[in-house]
Amino acid sequence: MKEIIITELTQALQDLARGFAHYLPRLIVMLIVAFVGWVIAYLLKVLVRSILRLTRFSKLSENSGATQLLNQAALPSSTELLSRFVFWVAWVGFILLGVSVLGIVGLQDYISRFFLFLPRLFVALLILFFGLLAANFVSRAVLLAGVNANIRSSRLLSISIRFIISIFALSMVFEVLGVAEQTVLIAFGTAFGAVMLGLAIAFGIGGKDLAREFLERRLVTGKKEEKEDELSPL
Amino acid sequence: MAEETLLTDDFLRQLINVGEVDILVGLPTHNNAKTVEPVIQAIQAGILKCFPRERAVIINADGGSQDGTPELVIGASIDDVKKDDPRDEPRKGSKVYALRTFPSISTRYARSPEPGTALRTILAAADLLRAKACVVVSPDSTTIEPDWLQRLVRPVYHDNFDLVSPIYRRQKFEGVLMRNLLYPMTRALYGYGIREPYASEFAISGRLATDFLAKENWDDEWCRTGAEIGLTITAITGTYRVCQSFLGTKTQPDRSASDLVAAMRRTVGALFWSLDGNFSIWSTIARSQPVPTVGTPSEVMPEPVRVNRKRLQEMFATGVAELEPVFRSILSAATLAELQRIATLEVSAFNYPADVWAKTVFEFAASYHKSVINRDHIVQALVPLYRGRTLSFLLENRDASWEDIEKNVESLCDEFERLKPYLLEVWADRK
Repeated sequence: MKEIIITELTQALQDLARGFAHYLPRLIVMLIVAFVGWVIAYLLKVLVRSILRLTRFSKLSENSGATQLLNQAALPSSTELLSRFVFWVAWVGFILLGVSVLGIVGLQDYISRFFLFLPRLFVALLILFFGLLAANFVSRAVLLAGVNANIRSSRLLSISIRFIISIFALSMVFEVLGVAEQTVLIAFGTAFGAVMLGLAIAFGIGGKDLAREFLERRLVTGKKEEKEDELSPL
Repeated sequence: MAEETLLTDDFLRQLINVGEVDILVGLPTHNNAKTVEPVIQAIQAGILKCFPRERAVIINADGGSQDGTPELVIGASIDDVKKDDPRDEPRKGSKVYALRTFPSISTRYARSPEPGTALRTILAAADLLRAKACVVVSPDSTTIEPDWLQRLVRPVYHDNFDLVSPIYRRQKFEGVLMRNLLYPMTRALYGYGIREPYASEFAISGRLATDFLAKENWDDEWCRTGAEIGLTITAITGTYRVCQSFLGTKTQPDRSASDLVAAMRRTVGALFWSLDGNFSIWSTIARSQPVPTVGTPSEVMPEPVRVNRKRLQEMFATGVAELEPVFRSILSAATLAELQRIATLEVSAFNYPADVWAKTVFEFAASYHKSVINRDHIVQALVPLYRGRTLSFLLENRDASWEDIEKNVESLCDEFERLKPYLLEVWADRK
């Protein structure tokens, strides 16, 4: 009995030692991959930060309104955030690569899904950035055109344009990420439709006099638009 | 040679048929059929009267007219000796004789008007025909007199000047942007008191035409829209002889709000744009010098003008309020606070002081240089502030005489010159 127990224990210890010996090189490989990955990720972070500073990315970010959003959320600058993002994506990628060396069957699927998800994440971030850029640019152009044409509530119009473009960009981002795709699409469609209907009703009721005046000015002969002034700038 | 692609084969053929000329008259047009005929008659009368022995040609650069403007120009060509044309007498009061042919050539440079491309076409033709003097005339200058040609061309042709800039007799509240921004700023920065840095009529030497044609980056947006002011700046920053000539009465056609934005783009935008490339020149100029002026000065016209002052004040105040987020990117906190204070003033007490206006313009120029936001948006954002300055100018000169207006404009110029170090400061500091 005693011998059997000792034999089984020895066998178990030998199996454990064999298993450990079997996995030890892989573990070392994983640690090496993780370490090398950290070095590469750090270098990438420094490189990305330098490139972004050279290309004055912060100005682009400021123009897009992204800096303002980050400041409000007490987050680092867009340059720092993007370089940190690149660092973590690269390092996590290397760690997962190292983990895959261990040959754990259940993890393989998750790792491959993570790598498949990366391009979509980049595309989503690009859409978000350029969406914010477009929203900011177009809303400012509308604001300036409205003010210079003496249109009342130019800022309201500008904010509405910014809101619509931002919502549109966000819905595209969620669609690319595959997050609650149907829900987001339905919610966007409903919200967009509601805004448009609301605007139509508001302009229809609130602006009927303005519309009549505008049409009269345009269509009724003899009633010309009042000139801004009679001064020539040049 | 970009000009090879700019000039069409047909246009080149016509230019070759003309051969070398002494004087080239450029006429940039776009739907000017209503006004172009008297302008051409004045040009022909002016050239034939004052330069009868010189070889001359009219070059019409058309930006896609749909009203038959080019046909009218071509139809005015004098292909043979013109004698005692009875039609000229009632209009001009004198007979017109031509010793030489006086051809008029028209070319369409684009389907839509681009002032810079029109000027480039005219200069390319002047370069090709080796014109000694090139004079550009606006097709809507209905008050043009034949003597204008002499006053513009003579300093170039006989006195070896390279640029002759006009001085007009204006209604006292016309040319507000010129008097309140373009003239003071050009004078303060480049040290030359050119009254019309953006001129619709001017004359240049063949040398300046050739040099400017080769120098400018014509594909740039500001060259396409504001080449005229670029030409003036090239002349005053280069080794060229510049003078001014008193022409006569100038009236402008009716303008709308959209014209004002377009005018700001092609003048203020082009002026701001020129500062980047000429920093080494303008940053070292401390004081301005007078520009030689020929002719007899004439007073401004005292005709009354109907202006809705209340509306101007409202547009200024609305602009300051609505564009506050944009101004925060462009202006300093102190200037913005001062503008917000001015925006609260009633029309009767309204005053946009010269020093605040000069600082505003300089901060806009520095922001344009740093591209703090889209450059075109910066120029557009200046429009409501210009309206405020216009109102202030109106109120300041409501009962002023010609001498008083001149004194006030000179005082504004002095303010721009005094605050030039401030421009250099914000130019370097603004981040």
